[in-house]
Amino acid sequence: MKAILLLEDGTIFEGTSFGARGQKCGEVVFNTSMAGYQEIITDPSYYEQIITMTYPLIGNYGTNSVDWESRKLFVSGFIVKENCKIPSNWRNEASFDEYLRKNNVVGLEGIDTRKLVKHIRTQGAMRGIISSDEFDIDVLKKKLDQYPGLVGRDIVKDVTVDKSYGWTDCVVDVLTGKERKDEGKYKVIAFDFGIKHNILKLLCSHGCEVKVVPAAASAGQVLKEKPDGVFLSNGPGDPAPISYAIETVKELLGKVPVFGICLGHQILALALGGETYKLKFGHRGANHPVKNMETEKIEITSQNHGFCVDMDSLKGKDIELTHINLNDNTVEGIRSKKLSAFSVQYHPEASPGPHDSSYLFKNFIELMSQHTGR
Amino acid sequence: MPKRKDVHKILIIGSGPIVIGQGCEFDYSGTQACKVLRQEGFEVVLVNSNPATIMTDPEMAYKTYIEPIRPEIIEKIIDAERPDSLLPTLGGQTGLNAAVALAESGVLEKYNVKLLGADLESIKRAEERDRFKKTIEDIGLDVPGSGYAHSWQEAEEIIKHIGFPAIIRPSYTLGGMGGNVAYNVEEYEKYIQWGLNLSPKNEVLVEESVVGWKEYELEVMRDRKDNVVIICSIENLDPMGIHTGDSITVAPAQTLTDKEYQIMRDASLKIIRAIGVETGGSNIQFAVNPENGKLYVIEMNPRVSRSSALASKATGFPIAKMASLLAVGYTLDEIPNDITKKTPACFEPTIDYCVVKWPRFTFEKFPGTSPELTVQMKSVGEAMAIGRTFKESMQKAIRSLEIDRYSLGSKYIGKISLAKLKEKLQTNCWDKMWYVAQAFRKGLSTDEIFKLTKIDPWFLNNISDIISLEKEINSTALEDIGPQLMRKIKEYGFSDKYLASVYNISEAEFRKHRQQVKVNAVYKTVDTCGAEFEAHTPYLYSTFEDECEANPTKKKKVIILGGGPNRIGQGIEFDYCCVHASFALNEIGIESIMVNCNPETVSTDYDTSDRLYFEPLTFEDVMSIVEKEKPDGVIVQFGGQTPLKLAVPLEKAGVKIIGTSPDSIACAEDRKRFNKLVEKLELRQPYSGTAMSYEETLEIAKKLGFPLLIRPSFVLGGRAMVIVYDKKALKSCVENAIEASGEHPILVDKFLDDATELDVDAICDGKQVVIGGVMEHIEEAGVHSGDSACSLPPVSIPPKVLDEIKRQTKLLAMELKVKGLINIQFAVKGEDIYILEVNPRASRTIPFVSKAIGVPLAKLATKVMAGKTLDELGFTEEMHPKHFSIKEAVFPFLKFPGIDTLLGPEMLSTGEVMGISDDFGIAFAKSQMAAGNILPTGGNVLFSVKDSDKKKAVALAGSLQQMGFKIVATKGTCMEFIKNNIPSEFVLKIKEGRPNIVDWIINGQISLIINSTIGARSIADSFSIRRTALDRQVPYVTTIRGAAAVVKAIAAMKEKKISVKPIQDYYVQEPA
Repeated sequence: MKAILLLEDGTIFEGTSFGARGQKCGEVVFNTSMAGYQEIITDPSYYEQIITMTYPLIGNYGTNSVDWESRKLFVSGFIVKENCKIPSNWRNEASFDEYLRKNNVVGLEGIDTRKLVKHIRTQGAMRGIISSDEFDIDVLKKKLDQYPGLVGRDIVKDVTVDKSYGWTDCVVDVLTGKERKDEGKYKVIAFDFGIKHNILKLLCSHGCEVKVVPAAASAGQVLKEKPDGVFLSNGPGDPAPISYAIETVKELLGKVPVFGICLGHQILALALGGETYKLKFGHRGANHPVKNMETEKIEITSQNHGFCVDMDSLKGKDIELTHINLNDNTVEGIRSKKLSAFSVQYHPEASPGPHDSSYLFKNFIELMSQHTGR
Repeated sequence: MPKRKDVHKILIIGSGPIVIGQGCEFDYSGTQACKVLRQEGFEVVLVNSNPATIMTDPEMAYKTYIEPIRPEIIEKIIDAERPDSLLPTLGGQTGLNAAVALAESGVLEKYNVKLLGADLESIKRAEERDRFKKTIEDIGLDVPGSGYAHSWQEAEEIIKHIGFPAIIRPSYTLGGMGGNVAYNVEEYEKYIQWGLNLSPKNEVLVEESVVGWKEYELEVMRDRKDNVVIICSIENLDPMGIHTGDSITVAPAQTLTDKEYQIMRDASLKIIRAIGVETGGSNIQFAVNPENGKLYVIEMNPRVSRSSALASKATGFPIAKMASLLAVGYTLDEIPNDITKKTPACFEPTIDYCVVKWPRFTFEKFPGTSPELTVQMKSVGEAMAIGRTFKESMQKAIRSLEIDRYSLGSKYIGKISLAKLKEKLQTNCWDKMWYVAQAFRKGLSTDEIFKLTKIDPWFLNNISDIISLEKEINSTALEDIGPQLMRKIKEYGFSDKYLASVYNISEAEFRKHRQQVKVNAVYKTVDTCGAEFEAHTPYLYSTFEDECEANPTKKKKVIILGGGPNRIGQGIEFDYCCVHASFALNEIGIESIMVNCNPETVSTDYDTSDRLYFEPLTFEDVMSIVEKEKPDGVIVQFGGQTPLKLAVPLEKAGVKIIGTSPDSIACAEDRKRFNKLVEKLELRQPYSGTAMSYEETLEIAKKLGFPLLIRPSFVLGGRAMVIVYDKKALKSCVENAIEASGEHPILVDKFLDDATELDVDAICDGKQVVIGGVMEHIEEAGVHSGDSACSLPPVSIPPKVLDEIKRQTKLLAMELKVKGLINIQFAVKGEDIYILEVNPRASRTIPFVSKAIGVPLAKLATKVMAGKTLDELGFTEEMHPKHFSIKEAVFPFLKFPGIDTLLGPEMLSTGEVMGISDDFGIAFAKSQMAAGNILPTGGNVLFSVKDSDKKKAVALAGSLQQMGFKIVATKGTCMEFIKNNIPSEFVLKIKEGRPNIVDWIINGQISLIINSTIGARSIADSFSIRRTALDRQVPYVTTIRGAAAVVKAIAAMKEKKISVKPIQDYYVQEPA
């Protein structure tokens, strides 16, 4: 079965369909992780994106019911060089193809993915439409023209939860099945802008009592819970239009310690009066070197973002630059000591990716400890 | 952190000769280290006994000592050079062991030398099994159950806790030497005893077997600021139980979820920190239970390794270069990534292709040994292939191996019953993948094959895919293969050669058809980053996709074809020549383009040539590159037999071969044409003939008489070459030779008994010939030139004869219109000179001769091939060094239990060493020492020689006796000695009763053995003498001429002290 990808600049890639049949628009991006496709595809930050994996052999170890990062699949499409039909791993429960079909994600395989990646690298991330049931280019082009892209749109509202809820699952060692749980002291309110489960699990494992709230929850609602800390989650798209959340964070700052990841980091920066901008093709992968400015040590990090904080916009605001990306010197972490808030652009919760930055969760606990005096 | 200020002069210890388990990967890493440290302004002092390395080129280091890698010798070098630091982690296990010995004996402290990278404690934590185990357990990781035995009693105790099967690993040995799997008590005792003997410390580790588990390796780097990164993950296709050097391996890991991979990554970070490797690269091996993911740490190498070389080539991240920079104080974030230029080296490479490494074996050389693969490494080389999918890489790897196999086709294994097939799948044979493929053809399921092989189903399913497409190919007519199917077939990696055979047409015809349907190879870049950043280094591989990234330049350019995987007969020497070709082209402003598929080499360092194509050396793959690059010429004469085989087909396809014409090369190989040429020049050859059958050979034998030298044509390394003394032995020898010769006739020569063999390397530009060097073989004619020790200059040849040899060399070179190098082998008997062989191409001895005379012959030859004259290059006079350079061969006998160590016309050595001194005896002693043959200066010498050697033996025994040795001899030899008034003790041969020779050797009563023999029976009778000597590490000589050199060496050692001198000083003393 045929499937195609049409880009907004008219470039067409034709390959074979896998996963679900259908068509979907999204921003075409690439991810350089060699493993972890299940975590990637269940990460809500990829909402309205068509992901191309640079590693050509995907699906090798199948999928399972543990490596989910959210309640469903949010991506618009998935592109690989070769999808593995018969996976092999003791944790496998269903092939990737079955998984995509069941979760209604359109897959495209057998194209020159490296060519596509180079195209995006040189031309920038762009809108595209993936289709396995309609091949009339004019029809697809029309649809694509109507798709507005990510810039300036609030798409957090599409991925966040309706109601708040408590979270109690901890990180479980996949080999031993043992739960990791520290003694608990702190109550954390976590904003769900598209939150990954591993963040919640890590907060729990660090002994936090976690309550997840919708993206639009007000400061009043949050403060009523008397939290020891507030967590701002990752999420999809452009942070600038999420004005309600930015306003909420402004109100919370100084009253309660704040820790943000990815979109949460960008929202914190915006709440602090900074600005964000769109990167040419973003950072998506599990090998980005980030320098911790304080320790001068390098962390290999998991990344997934198309927008970035502009450090110049935070000048003179008593904000420290705590982390930078060594590949392109972009902002990876900021902190306001005065306001007990810090955030990172990358993903210390990993999943997928290296665990080098997991200390940030401990830092959050320490911050709450200092703030509460407990 | 910037460069350390307390480091100025660094000693680097190389890895010595190429042996199984330690190949030319350490030349690659050592060369990188020397280059980058020199660039950084450090004075590098290098010691390495292997002349065939790029790292021992005089310009690579401040001072280069081609001396034995022995602690007592290195101490002399330290004393002379006073380095402030020693970098111990680049010279493989040999270099590391030498560094440990120097540290432990207090030499480093005495001379105030710092260990860089890893201190003694860290090295020991990684190398000593019980300390390693404790360190790993202390950080909460698991190792297989194990115990350390120093005696059989201790071993018996351990096995009670561990149970069978158990793995036995001797401590401190190379390439897992002496490692075995025991399934019962009998095997267990045998392997324990063997292991205890082999271990320099008389220690063996007995380990719980994890045979059948999945095997992984991670390449880890750490810097002074404690930044740790993983460069590459490698998954072994072959499960635990087969040494990783003998396993087909794949990068990156394929069948781990990210959760599992991160557990392994976390473990690696913990391990490198706990072991305490301060800076540099390490390799950590893991075993994973396929049923539940349980993880065991198997071992760690606190140094660069074969796997790190592979990882460097697989990712484009130069581990050894980085390790060197980290050792002198830089941190990862301060070093730029070579390939992207703009991003730092502090990251983890991500790749967008699949790499397959396939080991190369030479079991055909050792018919007496079991070809089963175990935990002790047996392969002599490897090929690596890069493709976009595993299927493609795997099929490319097969045709890279140079074993005349171009697919997984059933023809390579012949007809086989299902029962036999299943049996094969359960044994660890080197060619198992062909049986796996056959099993799919016969309808076995993945699950069944998995149960028999324990190969992960993911790999098996990929092979199943290949076989399914193979079926489709076989049922589709050629004209029905349209663009889409053709593209799929090529994406799966099927070779043109295989496809042509399916359709019964020539490869060229198939190629034409493929190009008609517009399916052509494109090239992608190895860029460390999955295309996320722009790559500035043209390191390319082929695949079948849309976009081609080759972007050839319009400069003047030449393609150099490399030698492919190392094997006996074709090794590092040819890579050395290819690398020099590249350097030379660079010097004269021509773009160099390297094609090779051997990941161990300097030639496949992306830094060596202007452009690198990591590709198989087959007609198809080379032709595609030629069509893309449109070079001004192709060099085929440097890479050994592999590219030579391509010369004629390439030329026919219109490719310009530069240098000596393929026709001249063919003329030298074609017996009839060559005979004519020799006649025309009025020179002499041993009487000879060519034959295509046993009957024809018999006819020739009647004419010439025995002994005869029988060999196939168009092979390297004396493959299937034998000396036949009687008609009885003739038939099987002829059959073997005919098989090895393929469609070419076999060569039958009158064998010149007791002649002296000489090797001459010369260079010719078409106008004049300049002799590079004349080497006299130490052993008599009949021992393969690659296995024979030799001396430059010759020691026993009269000047008149030498002059005549040089005249003949020049005559032949001019007549063959050589443009480049020529190597001629002569036999001299009295004043009679016979031409044995002419090779108008780079020979194995080129690096040795170049090092001996201080002139880079391969570079000069390249420039000649590119159109320069020797006059222009200023090389018009032969060099006459005043010092002696001895080349000695190194053998893999220890790795193959049960095989004989006698030398013959079939080459068996894997590597070579060089001994240099102003005195012949000392130079020879050094060469022996470097080859691991430590000559004694006292004790009992055992003589057991054939009749024709007895006279010479008398003289040697006399000298030894005068030097204070006691002489012991077997009956015939003993009687001859006593007759000549040499006191000699009589010792029984094996069959004569006890205590016999072997008892004496085992009891440590013999310090040197001189044993020559002739005829099948006496060879069989004396086999256990040689084998016991080998296993007990007693120096032995199997030729009387070799013994004469040994006696000279011992005399020199007793008279003078062994001194050391850098090669740079030898050259300064003797200007051209």
